[in-house]
Formats: sequence, structure tokens, C-alpha cells
Amino acid sequence: MQVNLRNPNRTMNFDGPMSIVALLQKLDLNRESVLVIRGGTLVPGDALLAADDVVEIRPVISGGTS
Amino acid sequence: MKCKVCREPAVIDIRRHNANFCSDHFLKLVRDQTQKAIDEFKMVTPGERVLVAVSGGKDSLALWDILIELGYQADGLYIGLGIGGYSDRSGDQVRAFAAERGLKLEQVDLRDQYGYDVPTAAAVTKRVPCSACGLSKRHLFDQAALRGGYDAVATGHNLDDEAAVLFGNTLRWQTEYLARQYPVLPARPGFPRKIKPLVRLGEREMAAYCVLRGIDYIVEECPMAVGNKHIGYKEALNAIEATSPGSKNAFYFGFLARAVERFADAAPAHAEAGDTAACTRCGVPTTSEICAFCRLLEKTAGAEPVHLTIKGKRVGA
Repeated sequence: MQVNLRNPNRTMNFDGPMSIVALLQKLDLNRESVLVIRGGTLVPGDALLAADDVVEIRPVISGGTS
Repeated sequence: MKCKVCREPAVIDIRRHNANFCSDHFLKLVRDQTQKAIDEFKMVTPGERVLVAVSGGKDSLALWDILIELGYQADGLYIGLGIGGYSDRSGDQVRAFAAERGLKLEQVDLRDQYGYDVPTAAAVTKRVPCSACGLSKRHLFDQAALRGGYDAVATGHNLDDEAAVLFGNTLRWQTEYLARQYPVLPARPGFPRKIKPLVRLGEREMAAYCVLRGIDYIVEECPMAVGNKHIGYKEALNAIEATSPGSKNAFYFGFLARAVERFADAAPAHAEAGDTAACTRCGVPTTSEICAFCRLLEKTAGAEPVHLTIKGKRVGA
């Protein structure tokens, strides 16, 4: 599967199928800090990603202190 | 994973609520939680006019969308901060959002109208960029709200923002800041009411709201905020939240319910005693002869525009 990451933009490829939890563990990402998006909508946490899926891992943490 | 409400397939889980939601019921939850915060903290009443501080990011655009959906009279104000391409792109997002929905948007550009930008102000003052940025935004939002006759200025601060600020203030026992960390600050002479209607919603929920509503927002992080303390605090709290869901909510709302009043004596004196005078330059109430914003204008006047770099790369390009 193709995984598009942001900030900075980069692409990684993984063998599928794979659960969301397993993918985020591989990337060492906290589920609280990201959304997984496929085809313009959210992928639920218990979904299994297929080998030919293209997903975006979008960080949600932002902000200055103002 | 099924929706807690309708048992249809869910699109998001919210672990602190121990619940999953489909798209429709998640959007309803977000609107309900916003309305609950507005009511609980007496932020605005029907018929009042709200000026939304919009940056092009997920929180402020979601807030504007939610307030309109809830039936409030909400206009937007965008401030061009001059942070290179980042500001150009965020301004484009805001203008597109307002145009698509036929909403009223006021725009201010620091460089064009005040002769400086945030990178230059940060260099001239030798302080972190967020300092000059926050000072500029607070002053200009306040002035725009008073000039436009708005009842309140609304900002997109969410639960994660407030918990992170509380965490930082507690680490250093900054009691004067702890004393005023409320989701609503009442109007006082020269300053409009400030409200934070998203305090009951997490950062992940706001991003999810934008995805599900089709709101195009600027995903890239402000290049001047990358690696700052505030983001570090958020990451630390998220590490705790991952193993103990609900911790951020308990930390912030527990503070409001049981602790904030203990710091009342540490509140800035001018907030209570009114021992302020009008700034000799712009007229806003200040404890000094010249307000902080006008001092910033003085310091940056005539300064050569600077372009800060990170690892040799121009910031915001």
C-alpha cells in the first residue's frame, strides 16, 4: 500500500493487508496525533488496509502559543 | 466498529468518550459540544454578533462553519502575517472558504498596513516569533471587533490547546496566567469579550470535522512554530492520553472546576482595578505610556524585511 505522510510531505510503501493499528505502530505514530484518510474520508481505527490502498496519514497537532 | 447512536458503520472513535460515531452523528456531536460550551460559559446569546479569528487552519475554519451552522451571526477576520508562502497559502484557504459560503471576511495585512511582518518583528525584538504574532493578532482582533461593533471575538482554541497551555503554565507555576485561563474573558473598557467555543473538542476531532465537512484547510504547520514548546507539551499530553484516555479533558476541566479560583489573587492588577491609561499613540488602555503593539510598531519601523531560515532553507517559501 502507498502511505502519504505530511509535514514534510513524503511517501512510503508497505505490504498489505495491514491494520491501522499495525501501520501506526510501524510508523511510531500516536493515534491521538493523526487521522488516517482514504479516498477523501476517514478510515476507522479497526479497518484493515488492502495492499493496493492509497492512504494519507494527516497530523492533527498544530499551533503557536498565541 | 459501529456508531454509538445509530449502529451504522462508524468512521471515527473517540476514546475519551469510549464511543464510535458515523459521519452524521459525529458532526452532530461536534455541534452539540460547541453549543454546550457556549451555553455553559455564557459565551454568546442569540442575536449577538461574533467576529471569528480565522487563520486558514482546521480549528478556526471549523469554528466559523460550526457557528454558522448553529445559526450565529459570525463574520471572519484574517490577518496576513507575512510568513512567506505559508501566509500566502493560508490566506488563499480563508478567502476560498468565505467565498464558497458567501460569508463576510475582513482582511488585514501586517506588511501592507503596518510596515512589518512576523519574521521581521521576531528578528528585531529578538523574541520567539509566536510572541510578536500573538501580540499583533490580539491587538488587531480587539480593534476590529470594537470598530465593527461585534459582541465577541471567537478563536479556535480547542481542548488540546488549552490543556497544553495549562500544562506549560503549571510546569512553571505562572500564576498570573493560570488566574485568567478561562474559556471566556468578559469585555472590559477597550477590549471586547473573548470566547473559545471549541474547548470541549480535541484537536483530532476538529481535523476530522474538516475532512467530513469537506473543509479545505492548511495542513502544513506554521514554519515559525515548528518545534516550539507548545507543540512539545501537546505531544507529551498525547502520550499520556494514549494510555489513559480522558486525561486531557480531566486536567483542563478539573482545573476550571476546582483550581482556577485559587489563583484569583494572582490576576493582573489592571484587570480588576482598572488602573490603566490610554496609549498615547493609539488610545487603547495600557499600563504603560505606550501600548505593547505601538512599541512593536516603533521597533520595527524602517527595519529591513528579514527572511528567517531553518537549516539554510528560507522559512515559509
